Amino acid sequence: MSGGTYLGMPAFPKAASESTQNLTLRGNLRHATHTIRDKRAKAVAELDDWAGLRAAGAAIKNRTLRHLDHYLEQVEAAVTAAGGQVHWAADAAEANRIVTGLVRATGETEVVKVKSMATQEIGLNDALAEAGITACETDLAELIVQLGDDLPSHILVPAIHRNRSEIRDIFREKMADWGRPAPDGLTDTPRELAEAARLHLREKFLRAKVAISGANFMVAETGTLVVVESEGNGRMCLTLPETLISVVGIEKVVPTWQDLEVFLQLLPRSSTAERMNPYTSMWTGTTDGDGPRTFHLVLLDNGRTDTLADTVGRQALRCIRCSACLNVCPVYERAGGHAYGSAYPGPIGAILTPQLRGTDSELDASLPYASTLCGACYEVCPVAIDIPEVLVHLRERVVEGGEVTRNGRKVTIRPAKGHAAERAAMRAARWTLDHPGALRRLQRLASRTRRLHPRRLPGPGRAWTDTRTVPEVPAESFRDWWQRTRGGEGSGK
Amino acid sequence: MRVALFVTCVNDTLFPRTGRAVVTLLERLGVEVDFPPAQTCCGQPQFNTGYRHETEPLVRRYAAAFDDYEYVVTPSGSCAAMVRDNYPRIGAKAAAEGRGQELTEAAASAVPKTYELTEFLVDVLQVTDVGAYYPHTVTYHPTCHGLRMLGLGDRPRRLLEHVKGLELRELPGAEECCGFGGTFAVKNAAVSAAMGADKARSIDSTGAEAVCTVDNSCQMHIGGTLARLGSPVRPVHIAEILAGTEEDTR
Repeated sequence: MSGGTYLGMPAFPKAASESTQNLTLRGNLRHATHTIRDKRAKAVAELDDWAGLRAAGAAIKNRTLRHLDHYLEQVEAAVTAAGGQVHWAADAAEANRIVTGLVRATGETEVVKVKSMATQEIGLNDALAEAGITACETDLAELIVQLGDDLPSHILVPAIHRNRSEIRDIFREKMADWGRPAPDGLTDTPRELAEAARLHLREKFLRAKVAISGANFMVAETGTLVVVESEGNGRMCLTLPETLISVVGIEKVVPTWQDLEVFLQLLPRSSTAERMNPYTSMWTGTTDGDGPRTFHLVLLDNGRTDTLADTVGRQALRCIRCSACLNVCPVYERAGGHAYGSAYPGPIGAILTPQLRGTDSELDASLPYASTLCGACYEVCPVAIDIPEVLVHLRERVVEGGEVTRNGRKVTIRPAKGHAAERAAMRAARWTLDHPGALRRLQRLASRTRRLHPRRLPGPGRAWTDTRTVPEVPAESFRDWWQRTRGGEGSGK
Repeated sequence: MRVALFVTCVNDTLFPRTGRAVVTLLERLGVEVDFPPAQTCCGQPQFNTGYRHETEPLVRRYAAAFDDYEYVVTPSGSCAAMVRDNYPRIGAKAAAEGRGQELTEAAASAVPKTYELTEFLVDVLQVTDVGAYYPHTVTYHPTCHGLRMLGLGDRPRRLLEHVKGLELRELPGAEECCGFGGTFAVKNAAVSAAMGADKARSIDSTGAEAVCTVDNSCQMHIGGTLARLGSPVRPVHIAEILAGTEEDTR
């Protein structure tokens, strides 16, 4: 895995078939996801009004999304009034251009970053690097990913695919390239690893003049941005530098502080299985003598208003990035986050990425199929996103094409390539199933030839017989048994 | 009481003994069972792969085939969930595309009468002891659509707990998907196989003689994996357990 970009990655089935072979990865993922999912279940069970909270969270988000333009203008007005500057970015390129320009204007060549999904989504670090600006990740897991020249593989725990001894090796080998080296004789105990990261990062916090963050929420009524985190590194980023640039997806807005209260209950329990997260930082524009002297808010669209135009798919914009769906997903657990080829892995990524990026690439067209539709993700989602419903909806877009909104315009897209044989098979199956007589003839043919059926199937069936024994076709179908034994009865229609 | 059996295409073609077991069981409980031969498939394989339009004739067919019945009973949580959860969606989308209310009406007629077998037994017939006898150790795997889309809850377990001679073994990680997922098993074969192997090992670890579910499609994947791994555990549909009596074994 090389650092930088998700572009050009193979389709999900190929990437996943490679990662399922990696037993260390599967062990790391299994251990981590099972631990978090069990803790989450306990934390959620403590509240007797969880179902009500969940419904409230979904309703607030839906209402906000329906009037998104109104609330965004409110955010803009409030942030501006509080001494901040608001920038609008239609896509990743524009957002990167804005942020790069803002950093250049400060004359700095190094910035500190607090973990941010939005900046991962747009590939900001690469864009900054091209402009000669080094972006240092300060979230512990993001730091591990960055030092390891790797990509995040989980929304909450970007280095979930790494175990302690791998992290120790990365620290030993790479910390010196980025700043303060790892202490001599570093072991893989969590305390020592955390201390090594603390010393390395502290130096950067005290030196940095510019910080880049995301935000978990924006409160429209006051223009306040909110970051919730566990380490306190985010707070260092947000408060110490002179200039703060926050890149935030437009769907992150909530109308009022009262609405925020709902999400501050839903998010930590779903995410880290905590009653409350250790650090909640809130900032509103600039304040004399405290915190950054300059504040920029970059509001990022990058496919979000197009997603909003889709009546089924828009529910993905309710997502609060808690990652509960990743931790219960049996497919994510085996495939790992990198296979999803996006900053958003797992079930939410499988519905968000093909909407934000479109389904043109082979990878993006394969994502809606990266699920068994088992429904575990929907069950745990704190804002009740019916992920299986959206997956099937997007599968239809992939195989049948149809009308979608791209860059604000309605366009008709063609079916993705490579589904012609499947479409023909589905049509033939449907025709047979719509003609019970034909179905019966096929069943009888299969029964008569049952001794000749190969144990290894050709074509797509090979994927089945490589690891599973095919069931034997019985001598008589149910339909024929019924007719033979019950004859004239229940002729039906 | 007269009910229609929706046997499902998978059971009809590959697991007819499950359909026969449902007939035996329901008739023993005093229910008159009918099999309308116009029935075929609920359309789930097409729908879940993204071919919604290919599903529509099958929605119409289902509604028409069972038009005369008050109850439709099916030995498949997945197919029952397809009808109950997705038929209304298919109707709503067709209406939104300006193609009228026909599919909405078909869904409205099909949805309230469709019951998964254990639901029908517990909710409609209000019976948990069906007089069954099955002298074996069994572990129960709750299949995903029955568990989450239908909300079967503990109905299958309550039925199994009342079976004479049956010893129920807890399955570790019971609520995790087995990895079948219809066309997922072919499209994402490696992940499907890995999930199946993990599930098969969990089942094997219980030491049970049989693994029971309410869905033969999942059983096909689980059973095929168990067989390939050389496990002696055999897949058995809940209807086949509930259909057996002490008289049968004498």
